[in-house]
Amino acid sequence: MSEHHLDARRLLCPLPVIRTQNAVQNLRQGDRLSVVCTDPGSVNDIPTWSRINGHKVLEINNDNDEITILIEVNGLDS
Amino acid sequence: MSSSITPSTIPLKSIVVAQRKAVSLISGGLDSMLATKVIIDQGIHVEGINFFTGFCVEGHTHAIRKKDQNKSKRNNALWVAEQLGIKLHIVDVIEPYKEVVINPKHGYGANLNPCLDCKGFMVGKAYEWMQQHGFDFIITGEVMGQRPMSQRRDTFPVIERESGAGDLLLRPLCAKKLPPTLPEREAWVDRDKLHDFHGRSRKPQMALAEQFGITEYAQPAGGCCFLTDASYANKLSDLWENRGSREYELDDIMLLKVGRHLRPRQHFKIIISREEGETKFLEGYRKAFTHLYPTSHGGPLALIDGTAQDDDLQLAAQLLARYSQGRNANQVSINVCFMNGDTTSLHVKPLAKEDIPKTWYL
Repeated sequence: MSEHHLDARRLLCPLPVIRTQNAVQNLRQGDRLSVVCTDPGSVNDIPTWSRINGHKVLEINNDNDEITILIEVNGLDS
Repeated sequence: MSSSITPSTIPLKSIVVAQRKAVSLISGGLDSMLATKVIIDQGIHVEGINFFTGFCVEGHTHAIRKKDQNKSKRNNALWVAEQLGIKLHIVDVIEPYKEVVINPKHGYGANLNPCLDCKGFMVGKAYEWMQQHGFDFIITGEVMGQRPMSQRRDTFPVIERESGAGDLLLRPLCAKKLPPTLPEREAWVDRDKLHDFHGRSRKPQMALAEQFGITEYAQPAGGCCFLTDASYANKLSDLWENRGSREYELDDIMLLKVGRHLRPRQHFKIIISREEGETKFLEGYRKAFTHLYPTSHGGPLALIDGTAQDDDLQLAAQLLARYSQGRNANQVSINVCFMNGDTTSLHVKPLAKEDIPKTWYL
């Protein structure tokens, strides 16, 4: 398991999702990706994208203007 | 003696029929949602695809504006995919899409919307994706006669031909009005369970949504692209005309969604934020533009697009002062920051409302 970080600040929807999708493509099951965004829509969109693609959202921190979402790759696979 | 196996002796368990796979163009609206559901219900494995062109209307204005921060925001394509229980692949097509916007073979609609070229492009991209991922056919939510440019009996074959998809493109909502496609002829899907919707009425879609128990969906009218918006198209035309080129970058087209845009003189434009959220957004562009902000009063941030001389900056400062909290003051101090880091301070009288010609507003 390895930890990765993605800076998606100042990007507007759906770019934070696209960047997350592209980053996850290069990761392995169990890896963790922390995505930092500023678009308030990301707080819904990245978790939705994660759920429909089988990734687990471990944590969402909405701190003032920055949203940090921690994803476990393929964490929803049985 | 060799044994032979006739079809009747093959145990049923050993007959494995590969599940067919379709990729569905998901816009986030009702039609693509229904078309996808119709095919899922026939036992086809469906995954969605959605293209980001840079012109998509996905609540960017709401995402930027402070006053809209509490409104619920979601990407409708993702939401639809989750409702349908399918995967969604969002594809960045900003670069290849430029050619569609700049040189549409079939021209524009009412504004700068190249709808027919756009549909051919997107189906073509879906066809590429289909081939790369081992899928069998493509579905869209198109309805014959629904849109004046891209959804007509005579333009459907254009999309099939120019996209390269040919008869691998199935339109479940109006398939019965069209010749059978390969998925129908090969009985991958049952044509009898497809539909014959046509025309501009939304009633058949509403009825089908009710039948499926779909009660929530994005409003179907209004389009999903800024290029259909007259005000946006006007700003884009102005950008192209004054640059002498139709080339654009993502930042150019994003900035057209934000702030007041005024062109007082042909060689420069001023973009003035309208509220706190827009100010914050424009702050991200300070290094790329000469920018101005009031120091004696509260107020917005302005970016200068073009080459502004001293008297132009004076005029820009007066315009900005007009939109500051000092609009009724005799004098407002404005800081001007140049891209090389130099700054200067101007002290100006705000322009009166009647001194700003309507023709300056884009």
